[in-house]
Amino acid sequence: MWTEGNTACKTENMYEEVLNQLPYKSSFRFVDTIISLDENGVVGEYTLRPDAFFYEDHFPGNPVTPGVILTEIMAQIGLVVLGIYLLMQAGLSPEKKIIPLFTSSQVDFHKLVLPGEKLKVVSKKQYFRFNKLKCTVEMMNEKNETVARGIFSGMMIQSNNNPL
Amino acid sequence: MTREDILEELKKVLAHYTPDKETLNSIGPETDFVNDLKINSANMVDIIIEAEERYDIEIDMDSAEKIHNIGSCVDVILEKINEKK
Repeated sequence: MWTEGNTACKTENMYEEVLNQLPYKSSFRFVDTIISLDENGVVGEYTLRPDAFFYEDHFPGNPVTPGVILTEIMAQIGLVVLGIYLLMQAGLSPEKKIIPLFTSSQVDFHKLVLPGEKLKVVSKKQYFRFNKLKCTVEMMNEKNETVARGIFSGMMIQSNNNPL
Repeated sequence: MTREDILEELKKVLAHYTPDKETLNSIGPETDFVNDLKINSANMVDIIIEAEERYDIEIDMDSAEKIHNIGSCVDVILEKINEKK
């Protein structure tokens, strides 16, 4: 029992450490919770805030979550959370900042997402090589319906240089 | 496997990644991936992985960092093929 509790505690601390490394603040941070995370993939959740800045104008009187925000949620959980973990496994330099660079995505949307909905993102690693992470990412709503799915890539950089 | 063989195969792979088909038709050893062919570093990773699979070689970080233009890319691929022998 002690060992199990200890392992769960260690895992929670690791998730907390990954979340603390996310470079986003307040209105542009789209990760609430990590459900599971290992070298092959990640599952995480985010609940859309009904007072988020984009609902007022998208669309006036008819708030719908923009596709670009759904894409960002998938990228932050599916690529950045997993990418930070993979960099940590490889030995992160604490004095350097992590700069995630979104390099490409191909996404299909299946359902509208309204204010207040809770989304689950499931990402599976295709490869992580030369700092490029490529994943297949699927996002589900609370009814477990697929909201969007796609292929996402990004570069995980630890410096101030823009390598693109 | 000669340099010309690799260059021809490389051209076919690059056709999927470069928006600049005209430059592709006139490439030489000095053609730069980023400046001439407008390929970004993320796509370079895919090109390296395709080369690894095609020639059954492994390109490590040190070798990958040497790749800037067509000439250095062919050099690295040839070097890794010869290491296998």
